[in-house]
Amino acid sequence: MSVAENSSERAGGSGRIGAYLAAHLREYGLLFALIAIMAFFQIVTGGTLLKPINLTNLLLQNSYIVIMALGMLIVIVAGHIDLSVGSVMGFIGALAAVMIVNWDMSIGVTMATCIVVGALIGGAQGYWIAYWKIPSFIVTLAGMLVFRGLSLWLLEGQSVGPFPREFQVIATGFVPDILPGGEVMKGLLDARNFNVLAFAMGIVAASWVVWSGLRQRAHNKAYGIEDEPRAFFVARTAIIAFALVFILYKLATFRGLPNVLLTMGVLTIVYAFITERTVLGRRIYALGGNEKAAKLSGIKTERLTFLAFVNMGILAAIAGLVFAARLNTATPKAGFALELDVIAAVFIGGASMSGGVGKIVGAVVGAFLMGVLNNGMSIMGIGIDYQQMIKGLVLLAAVIFDVYNKKKG
Amino acid sequence: MQDTLLEMRSITKTFPGVKALDNVSLKVRTGEIHAICGENGAGKSTLMKVLSGVYPAGSYEGEIHYDGTLAEFRDIADSESRGIIIIHQELALVPLLSIAENLFLGNENAKAGVIDWRDTNRRTEKLLRKVGLRDAPTTQVEKLGVGKQQLVEIAKALAKDVRLLILDEPTSALSESDSQALLDLMLELKAQGMTQIIISHKLNEVRRVADTVTVIRDGHSVSSFDASEGITEDRIVRDMVGRSMENRYPARTPQIGARIMRVADWSVYHPEHADRQVISNVSFDVRAGEVVGIAGLMGAGRTELAMSIFGQSWGRNITGTVEMHGAPVDTSTVSRAIDVGLAYVTEDRKSLGLILDDTVTRNITLANLGAVARGAVLNERAETQVAEKYRKDLGIRTPGVFQKVVNLSGGNQQKVVLSKWLFAGPEVLILDEPTRGIDVGAKYEIYGLINDLAAAGKGVVMISSEMPELLGMCDRIYVMNEGAFVGEMPASEASQERIMSLIVNE
Ligand SMILES: Nc1ncnc2c1ncn2[C@@H]1O[C@H](COP(=O)(O)OP(=O)(O)OP(=O)(O)O)[C@@H](O)[C@H]1O
Ligand SMILES: [Mg+2]
Repeated sequence: MSVAENSSERAGGSGRIGAYLAAHLREYGLLFALIAIMAFFQIVTGGTLLKPINLTNLLLQNSYIVIMALGMLIVIVAGHIDLSVGSVMGFIGALAAVMIVNWDMSIGVTMATCIVVGALIGGAQGYWIAYWKIPSFIVTLAGMLVFRGLSLWLLEGQSVGPFPREFQVIATGFVPDILPGGEVMKGLLDARNFNVLAFAMGIVAASWVVWSGLRQRAHNKAYGIEDEPRAFFVARTAIIAFALVFILYKLATFRGLPNVLLTMGVLTIVYAFITERTVLGRRIYALGGNEKAAKLSGIKTERLTFLAFVNMGILAAIAGLVFAARLNTATPKAGFALELDVIAAVFIGGASMSGGVGKIVGAVVGAFLMGVLNNGMSIMGIGIDYQQMIKGLVLLAAVIFDVYNKKKG
Repeated sequence: MQDTLLEMRSITKTFPGVKALDNVSLKVRTGEIHAICGENGAGKSTLMKVLSGVYPAGSYEGEIHYDGTLAEFRDIADSESRGIIIIHQELALVPLLSIAENLFLGNENAKAGVIDWRDTNRRTEKLLRKVGLRDAPTTQVEKLGVGKQQLVEIAKALAKDVRLLILDEPTSALSESDSQALLDLMLELKAQGMTQIIISHKLNEVRRVADTVTVIRDGHSVSSFDASEGITEDRIVRDMVGRSMENRYPARTPQIGARIMRVADWSVYHPEHADRQVISNVSFDVRAGEVVGIAGLMGAGRTELAMSIFGQSWGRNITGTVEMHGAPVDTSTVSRAIDVGLAYVTEDRKSLGLILDDTVTRNITLANLGAVARGAVLNERAETQVAEKYRKDLGIRTPGVFQKVVNLSGGNQQKVVLSKWLFAGPEVLILDEPTRGIDVGAKYEIYGLINDLAAAGKGVVMISSEMPELLGMCDRIYVMNEGAFVGEMPASEASQERIMSLIVNE
């Protein structure tokens, strides 16, 4: 190898773009697939997909999947899997319903209890996985059955509901518009409603995407890290920024910013930051990449594994609360087979089965990709049978694409 | 009989951002042992992967002429069917299967899908005898030492119809005597008419077995010469690094200070066989500015000793004390051991030392993330600077610190592991076979780094199976055999014979 030669080669033109594209095909592919699928459904549903009301619904419908995908990504990056999340989510919903509806407990106490219980459940499973080295597949498969049973027992086989209004707003409420100017805009746009806060959030988010992208680019340049070709950077950033403004504009013309979108957004940012920028995050990737080497580098691998499952439990509990509030009742079947959607979202988002690879943003996009598929196919009136088949094939295709990409690279 | 079996013409192979081979040619005559030498990352392994179809025809430029025809191998199976068998730098046996099962893996001796075990075992025994092994065909491969595993690899090659056998650094993990046995076997196979290619950084071995040597430097073939022109270590080194090297070990005037570390009455039991004592009552100390060697045969328990001290990473029922600067310290977990100033560079870089799918940068900073973070938040700039510094200091060959280490050559991976532990800033650095698979030039650089550490008042413990290395580098040498220390001597009184006699007398 000759480094000098290779840097002069780098200065050369089109081969470089090709090489960069090849190396990052997965990330572009995911973004492109999401756009293509949305465009497809937008057309075949005659524009229903991107109607403000449907967009709002889409976000609400997928919120609990996204929330759990955040935790699942960490579990999978750490080299494990959690099959129990659907059941745990259902169980927490049941617990919330019993506490609020049957026992008349306050919402605050109920929510705090539920989250603590979620953490305990995660901890109980994580304990066996981390310290006893029992395969996570087995432990959480057991957990899936146990908590499914526990929900049934707790609800005595019945549905429990409805919840008081104050609880429902967690999932179905909207952030009140605290910014002025709504009336003016309403008149200007001839819309039935205009929520300035939601629109402003869109602008802020888009600006942040542009700003942080530029900053990263400057940093890359300063350190000679391989750089995204300018055209790609501009196109990618423009698409994301535009999409953010567009979606929030649509929401603004309906009822504004859903509470769950805010929750989801904040959680996504927090977890993306933790995984990509902190010591803790780095250690989780190291653990999944090579557990023995990580351990010999002074990383407390057992504790980290344990915490990954505690975290998963907490997020499953939050998702459980959102889910129950959204349906306004807790049923013994709630969350059934949902773990598969969550796991699929993470793998579609580019995580690797063997651990050490995957990104929060990927998992979130993966979840929405599945969500758009679900939503679009439902609008088209495609039966649940075909929906399942198509989703299965999409998952397979995404993973095959990964493997193929890796082999070729 | 001296006709050409293989000719590789103007081979060029590029990876994204790296030109690993640039116009390399290689000519191998029938029936000879052909050695390929070159620095780490020169492209030796890549050339052999091109030859054996790991990188299929079309993914490189140039031509391969084999046995009189133009060869365009699609994959390994393709080249194997023509009798080219490669034994890779990393062993590729299935540890939980028996020797017989491994030998015939993918090539089972079966009728209508049913394996004929009687015949398989009989044939295995025959093959094992050919390579000088006496183990039962049903022995689990895991239970064999690396030396024997290497011989099993060769037996596996012999099970197929091999005409050209390629050995990529076959002796780098072997003890002196295992290496000798392997080289003897190579000579014997040559006598039977088999053509062989060997890649090795151990030039004395090359001198011993090779008929022809080809030297590759920076992806170019720089020279090729045979026994008639004289194969000497000097000549190889000169062609490899582009200059001659007078000394293999950089000079150092030891300035030995106060005692830093002391280990007393260290005993360890086997993690699975609780009644087997692996280390018994070992005591030793390390002073500031001192390089202490631990000599011994493979399996003497040196790695187990080091790992049990470093965070009890091996064994159980560990008893004994570790003192740093006169005060007893707790080294019961790796992070505690790091905190009190220990570092351990493992001998098994692939499975214990590196996160292969991660970048050079991330691997280097992993054991000391606190130093490149503000609070809990990582500072990428600081990280990059650290990685760049070590890349320069140790001469790590990579297109950038953002390259994944899996794409680095073996020797450069070793430098990444070393960087990681240098960055952790230890007071006592324990090195376990630190120069395994490293070329002569880089060895010299690493010895220089060890000397620098000693000069800075740190202590270094060096475990090595290469006795000349211990004799050339250490101030004091302990001799270990079967889990116990059987001798200690200052370097001035040490010699290979004296160390061996201590081991044998036990
Ligand atoms: N898959 C790959 N992707 C990118 N670069 C690679 C890949 N494989 C090898 N290289 C690069 O090609 C060069 C030659 O590597 P190779 O493994 O052939 O070296 P080597 O001569 O066998 O070295 P060593 O003695 O250390 O084993 C190195 O710089 C390495 O980083
Ligand atoms: Mg090599």
